[in-house]
Amino acid sequence: MSAVRTLDESAPPATTGVDDFGGKSTGRALTDQLARVVMWAAFVIALIPLVWILGTTVLKGGQMLLDASWWGNSQSGITARRVGGGAVHAIQGTLIQAFVTALISVPIGVLTAVYLVEYGRGRLAKTVSFMVDILTGIPSIVAALFIYAVWVVTFGFQRIGFAVCLALTMLMIPTVVRSTEEMLKLVPNELREASYALGVPKWKTIMKIVIPTSFSGIVTGVLLGLARVMGETAPLIILGPYTKVIATNLFDGLMATLPTMIYQEYSENLQPAVDRVWGAALTLILIIFLLNILGRFVGRFSKVRN
Amino acid sequence: MKIQRLGAMASLALVGSIALAGCGSDNNTGTDSAGAAEGTASSSAPADCFEGTLNVEGSSAQKNAIDEVAAGFKEKCSGATVNYNPSGSGAGIKQFIAGQVDFGGSDSALKTVEKDGKVEATEAATACGSPAWNIPMVTGPVALAYNVKGIDKLTLTPAVAGDIFSGKITTWNDPKIAAVNPGVELPATAIKVFFRSDESGTTENFTKYLKAAAPANWTTEPAKTWDGKGEGKAKSAGVAEGVKSTDGGLTYVEWSYAKDNDLAVAAIDNGAGPVELTSESVGKAIATAEQTGTGNDLALKLDYATKVPGAYPINLVTYEIVCSKGKDPEKQKNIKAFLKYFASEEAQKTIEEIGYAPLPPEVQTKVVAAIDAIS
Amino acid sequence: MSSITGHSAIDELPTSDGRPPLEADRAGTGRLGDRIFGGLATGAGLLVVALVSLVGVFLVVQAVPSLLNNNANFLTSREWVASGAEPRFGIVDLLWATIVTSVIAMLIAVPLGVAVALFITQYAPPWLTRSAATLVDLLAAVPSIVYGFWGLTVAGQYFEPFAEVVDRVLGWLPVFEYTGTPSAKSTLAFAGLILAIMILPIVTAISREVFAQVPTTHKEGALALGATKWEMIRVAVLPFGKPGIISAAMLGLGRALGETLAVTLLLSALNTSSAFSFSIFGGGETFASRIANDAGEFDSAQKTGAYIAAGLVLFILTFIVNAAARVVIERRKAFTE
Repeated sequence: MSAVRTLDESAPPATTGVDDFGGKSTGRALTDQLARVVMWAAFVIALIPLVWILGTTVLKGGQMLLDASWWGNSQSGITARRVGGGAVHAIQGTLIQAFVTALISVPIGVLTAVYLVEYGRGRLAKTVSFMVDILTGIPSIVAALFIYAVWVVTFGFQRIGFAVCLALTMLMIPTVVRSTEEMLKLVPNELREASYALGVPKWKTIMKIVIPTSFSGIVTGVLLGLARVMGETAPLIILGPYTKVIATNLFDGLMATLPTMIYQEYSENLQPAVDRVWGAALTLILIIFLLNILGRFVGRFSKVRN
Repeated sequence: MKIQRLGAMASLALVGSIALAGCGSDNNTGTDSAGAAEGTASSSAPADCFEGTLNVEGSSAQKNAIDEVAAGFKEKCSGATVNYNPSGSGAGIKQFIAGQVDFGGSDSALKTVEKDGKVEATEAATACGSPAWNIPMVTGPVALAYNVKGIDKLTLTPAVAGDIFSGKITTWNDPKIAAVNPGVELPATAIKVFFRSDESGTTENFTKYLKAAAPANWTTEPAKTWDGKGEGKAKSAGVAEGVKSTDGGLTYVEWSYAKDNDLAVAAIDNGAGPVELTSESVGKAIATAEQTGTGNDLALKLDYATKVPGAYPINLVTYEIVCSKGKDPEKQKNIKAFLKYFASEEAQKTIEEIGYAPLPPEVQTKVVAAIDAIS
Repeated sequence: MSSITGHSAIDELPTSDGRPPLEADRAGTGRLGDRIFGGLATGAGLLVVALVSLVGVFLVVQAVPSLLNNNANFLTSREWVASGAEPRFGIVDLLWATIVTSVIAMLIAVPLGVAVALFITQYAPPWLTRSAATLVDLLAAVPSIVYGFWGLTVAGQYFEPFAEVVDRVLGWLPVFEYTGTPSAKSTLAFAGLILAIMILPIVTAISREVFAQVPTTHKEGALALGATKWEMIRVAVLPFGKPGIISAAMLGLGRALGETLAVTLLLSALNTSSAFSFSIFGGGETFASRIANDAGEFDSAQKTGAYIAAGLVLFILTFIVNAAARVVIERRKAFTE
């Protein structure tokens, strides 16, 4: 029993062993109450920054979002001193980049997960799994520098939207791998065996039985992964300079995104710009939040569960 | 397969939202919060309009100016877009030579001496097929912005500034400061210097000034990285915010940021009496600068140690670097149209309102003549 | 989401007959479809391996020329002048700031995150459990740059009195000395605090997940022996969750080490002549903030290489942290099972 052994290591000698549980002294009851209070306090403390940040963002940025032009116009022709314009160029850029990022990382991520669960064995599988862990921990700025080193320095390409997608892909793959893996593992082996018994080849079993069974779970993972990469700012600053106009071409020219819009307006440092910082921040939080909700919602319909 | 449909719906929703976002508009009628551009929209001077886009890259020092002017230009010519990518002077020149941008913006003129085996001016001329010209367009003075309770008028000499920024003077009531500010009651507050923690042309420009005007007090070589005292903040917005929120704060920052943040700006005494930072005092410094380029190449040499009375000494001139005779006549025409508007009194007045100084009349005439000669 | 716990199917121990789990089949029949599909899956796995290796290789290749051209010792110098004819750059200050902010973040976020996870799984009334978890997860939806901006313009001013009190009580220790320069909101301590808020949802989510998996028999056993709730948590829940907590902490640490924009906006950089200070109320720049600060103007190969070298160190740092986390978890598992 690991539990008891661990207690021996960590607890002071006076309370070692099971003998302590003889009778509930006032001291122990007090400690118990204290722990209860501490846990509640921890929760309340954790809520303070949340309420504070969201409150500030809604109060300062909410007004911007109520204006129809926020959702319909770009910042073209608007300078730091001018009020007006919208964030549609940035929203669009963020969505497009997220979409393309998903398009690249989902197949790679799902296939890697399939490999780990259905095919992987031995050293290589261990290595792949380890590398996924490392990829999970790679800071976004390192991913961005890597893509910069490849894309701009080595190949001499321009800094464009697609380069951003590549950096975001690196950040998204591990999330997709891990969540897909989790879902594939939950698919009962009986299902696979039944399929094999019917003479269905392995790849067909995976494509027609395993993946569809865990489909909504995978979608949830993808949506949550997207939510994570959408708020990333560092790769955008290095690889995707901001522009004020609507630009939808990932392969040519500058492209606006919400994080770079926030960064840009922040550096303008004037009231109309600062208002837009909060507006864009709120928009971004809303989008990420909606993705999260959507992800959880889809997840609830999952056939396989823990 | 119900679940699959659900997932498909989710992806559809994502695609849908992108499609939805696709119907945005670039047409803004921006309301000017400061009421600054009033003269702009209604003014009469018609511009040579064109349909299309100009891509410009270069110094971040002129970013706000070019954005403002591009906005004004778009008000007149709704089909004309000017994109400015403030990636730095070096990048601007590099991209210009590589033919990636229509013209470059740089806070130093193309170098005519060899560096790393290359001569920028020659390379640019090769790329253009004709000499490339440096056209001074935007003058950005560097302000010594401070925030000291109770002081709204302050004079600094290069020597005193050098001592402060190198840490030899640490409190506001130091006798050396008092000596150049007779009659001003200085508090004992500590001087908190803020500097740019990123590599910056403003830092380079300001340290060039200190080195030129007070070599005894500022001994380190001018560079893009700060080598004095203080605490570093990211970008102009960072140092301005720092001074704004700190009693006793002092920084060097583009005039526009000092203005925008309502920071007090010190007058500079280069030896001919205190000079306030105004458009006129800056214009005077530009007008008396020596022209180092020939003909329509208007590269200037600013004298930081200038003792011309009434000339504000710490300025940064940003040049637009253009081909005198381009390979694409249509493009050249568009560049010409935009630059002509840029040099116009109206555009120069607009940028004055956001903290740049307009070109003095003498220089403006030369600039217009040079632009006219572009073909 | 268990997706971030770092547990993987292949980590599971072999079944009694010595075969790995989920390997009961050998249904790969060698048919063309199977070979293609299996190849694709393996290819994707290899791609991931290649990707991580390439990160290392590319960063090294790009960094080496600059490092060779460096006039200062990269590992021991405190200077950072990356461009110009005589570049001098070293990582001491960057490393210090990175580690101090991350450690502060860990010291706050790990106990707090574990406590919040315990609250959600053990203490919260049923009606609160689900929404409490969602609320904490919401913190993760706030982009990094917003934290930075919020810290700088809204929350930062309230940190000043705190720093002053700490200085008055503990200021005789160099670690807690607060001189007023830089101002409190630009210190390593405040950046660490903001980082703590940012990694809190990660630590909470993972701890919560492992705590929820504590076998009911363990818990009920402890309670049946007369343990109070807290004692039950101490003997049953925490020991069971320990690997999870370690993994959570390491993941949080990895995130804190590489967090960029919040730190860039907050921290005050030191000037080149300032003496090295051990105080958490000092200024400085982390690897990530230094890189992001100059990201707009990578205009020479020399300069780019210097920043890539800094990125390489950061990569190695997070690599070590993540690898260590994995080793700790594996050893732990081997030990308990």
